[in-house]
Amino acid sequence: MPKRTDIQKILIIGSGPIVIGQACEFDYSGTQACKVLKQEGYKIILVNSNPATIMTDPEIADKTYIEPITVEMVEKIIAKERPDALLPTLGGQTALNTTIGLEQKGVLKKYKVETIGADIQAIKKGEDRQLFKLAMKKIGLDLPKSDRAYNLEEAIAVSEKIGFPLIIRPSFTMGGAGGSIAYNIEEFKVLAKRGLESSIISEILVEESVIGWKEFELEVMRDLKDNVVVICTIENFDPMGVHTGDSITVAPIQTLTNREYQLMRNAAIACIREIGVQTGGSNIQFAVHPETGRMVIIEMNPRVSRSSALSSKATGFPIAKIAAKLAVGYSLDEIPNDITRLTPACFEPAIDYCVVKIPRFTFEKFALAENTLGISMKSVGEAMAIGRTFKEALQKGLRALEIKKSGLESILFKDLEEGKIENEILDKIYRKLRQPNAERIFYIGDAFRAKLDIGLIQDLTKIDRWFLHNIQEIIDCERELLKHKHNLSGELLKKAKEYGFSDKQLAKLLSLSETEVYNLRISMNIVVDFKLVDTCAAEFKAHTPYFYSTYDQ
Amino acid sequence: MQAFLVLEDGKIFKGRSFGASGEALGEVVFNTSMTGYQEIITDPSYKGQIVMMTYPLIGNYGVNKEDAESRRPFLEGFVVKEYSKIASNWRKDQELGEYLKENNILGIEGIDTRRLALHIREQGSMKAVLSTLDFDENSLLEKAKTSRGLTGLDLVKEVTIPRKYVYTQIKDAKFKVVVLDCGVKYNILRELLRYKCNVTVLPAQATSQEILAVHPDGVLLSNGPGDPSAVEYVVKAVSGLIGRVPIFGICLGHQMLGLALGGATYKLKVGHHGANHPVKDLKTGKVYITSQNHGFCVDIDSLPKKDIQLTHVNLNDGTLEGMRHKKLPIFSVQFHPESAPGPQDAEYLFAEFTRLMRKSKKR
Repeated sequence: MPKRTDIQKILIIGSGPIVIGQACEFDYSGTQACKVLKQEGYKIILVNSNPATIMTDPEIADKTYIEPITVEMVEKIIAKERPDALLPTLGGQTALNTTIGLEQKGVLKKYKVETIGADIQAIKKGEDRQLFKLAMKKIGLDLPKSDRAYNLEEAIAVSEKIGFPLIIRPSFTMGGAGGSIAYNIEEFKVLAKRGLESSIISEILVEESVIGWKEFELEVMRDLKDNVVVICTIENFDPMGVHTGDSITVAPIQTLTNREYQLMRNAAIACIREIGVQTGGSNIQFAVHPETGRMVIIEMNPRVSRSSALSSKATGFPIAKIAAKLAVGYSLDEIPNDITRLTPACFEPAIDYCVVKIPRFTFEKFALAENTLGISMKSVGEAMAIGRTFKEALQKGLRALEIKKSGLESILFKDLEEGKIENEILDKIYRKLRQPNAERIFYIGDAFRAKLDIGLIQDLTKIDRWFLHNIQEIIDCERELLKHKHNLSGELLKKAKEYGFSDKQLAKLLSLSETEVYNLRISMNIVVDFKLVDTCAAEFKAHTPYFYSTYDQ
Repeated sequence: MQAFLVLEDGKIFKGRSFGASGEALGEVVFNTSMTGYQEIITDPSYKGQIVMMTYPLIGNYGVNKEDAESRRPFLEGFVVKEYSKIASNWRKDQELGEYLKENNILGIEGIDTRRLALHIREQGSMKAVLSTLDFDENSLLEKAKTSRGLTGLDLVKEVTIPRKYVYTQIKDAKFKVVVLDCGVKYNILRELLRYKCNVTVLPAQATSQEILAVHPDGVLLSNGPGDPSAVEYVVKAVSGLIGRVPIFGICLGHQMLGLALGGATYKLKVGHHGANHPVKDLKTGKVYITSQNHGFCVDIDSLPKKDIQLTHVNLNDGTLEGMRHKKLPIFSVQFHPESAPGPQDAEYLFAEFTRLMRKSKKR
């Protein structure tokens, strides 16, 4: 299908202020969309209250309104500009909410503005928990079990049916009291009673807890011909219970077999179809029980999201740009892949590296905030690193956080060669592993330095053994380096570089200066290599210069 | 333990062994699928080949009994960037390295697989030797050069089953299907079972008379290794089936059908080995992401257009991906509708096969 010629003027809603949970990734996706639609000859009207964004630069849109993103204000803009279409899926949650508001007020109907990308029905189905649940049940997808209760007896009956641990969510609370978690019947009775009391209508939702389950995300795209492709798969290092925005995440998925992954892929495709996102990207999250493999769908975002920006950079596939093209009628097979030029965008990127995203926290700026992590997001940014191994990408990412760490360095130990570890320290490690927190990754490293068993660390953190094993390999390598600091072999130094140790990190371990480490490895012919991000794992020639550094030859 | 991979053009990759020890000869190909190494290792179509995975981290979830695609691995060797020493998955039965050792398959890790992939992409698939015994570069180069390669070689006879067997016998079966085993993947059999077919598997050497003697409602020509033009006996059997029974060809089966219908095949420079190849259904315009594994291809221009309709084409390079006979209930695809590994988007073709069988039965 060629692009639509029945629409000329498109209104794009930006993401507004940069807040925790909604940062510059929406500026990135919105800017991409504006640029590509302008190139296609459409007139772009942009509204964004945040002038400190790239998308509000004068050359990006044809007309830019720096005004509050409210239903009232956008209505005024629509009345004045009379756009043919509204593209709501690129500005994050703010844009979606505003669009729903406009629809409910009858503004879109009044001015004959068509929503492109995702229609109102799809947005509602994706966003409303109840509608989403019904839709997923309809297509046979498993969800966390749940039921409503209106008194304690009913609540107890539900708890017996589902089993512990359980999440208790009071409905319509005064002041929005949140959910709580009960691990046994005693706790449950207290919390359920409290929940019923806090609900205006004395109603609680009792839900199966999936805390500690493995968490996965798929970035999916669909076009008007109903072609659906998976752009990127993501596995969370931190299991369910930590907000995805606060989790260390890894692309692609590492610990699922093909059979399990294809089930998830099929489910994601069925989900985007059922929700009815006509064109563009969606982010779909799943949880998998680590011992039984039971897979449940958690949620879907019918829009470009934080993960889409990450997925674009992780794969080289420009999700927002392609989503914008799909919204105006192109199909995936009609759009060329920018990187290979000769192959179409209708494919699934194959990557030949590992991508790690690490959240960046600034608890030092919020003196009273606890640095523990849970279901509401606390990070203010993130670093993404690419490496040939998970170990390399992890250590590069930790450096990129700019928190004065040159890799997976110790947070507790000054002298790594010291033998005895005091009980006090061990207690602290246990505590820091059990309760997710901003520095947990460093405490995991220290747990291995303290020679704690991988099984114990897994029990405490619920983090998959594969990830933990990789961290153990980093610490083992560190130990080897310390042991052989006076008789360092080229082989060991090469391994350290492949494991992502920086020269600075090595300098500390080897009691050398950074320059000495550099000169040493140059003399051993251990030099940096730059590899290409090409969307196709070297199968086709790439034309875009997008490289990452690595030590692999 | 050390391991060397030496290509016929003299390129040497030095790594570590994580599988069996010994020496293996084969054509090096790369596979770009990011999951499914177990299915790849047990796919008989890799007979004669040393398979390199472009995804660098392999072994993460181990191997399990359910995901095997044949009775044992047939590939010659396995090449990865980093082998995971631990496997983490609730269905894991075994670590990958242990599995390779048990099955006497060589594995090498610690080499720059991207560099190898780029080299093959530029130079084409190449003969090679993988060794944990011989580290003399000249001697290895000689072995690689003089190895048998794939062209003109009948590898089907090395992977097919020795005698006929009945895969399934279900009570509510709707169709009786003969699968000609040129190196069939189990998931083809599983799919047929899902569509209520009683399946009899025949060795690749079966003649058309032997196949028809089973009185099948349809015949499935399976995937398999190597050069289709070297397997004349299968082409001959297929010629004898045309017009007598509905036929569905997959991968090598598609190529055999192409030859039997008067077409020709040729070897691709690199081949398609992966799980992300876009294929367009020319009738509906829809695009399917497919699983692929082939080094040879049916030449579009060689097919008699008066009988044959092209149905599928590869969007990456325009090569033929599927065809059907204009009058007879015969169709075939170059990709793998049974997936395993890879997307299950094209699974509808098994339904299409049953539709053809139903129609023929009515007549």
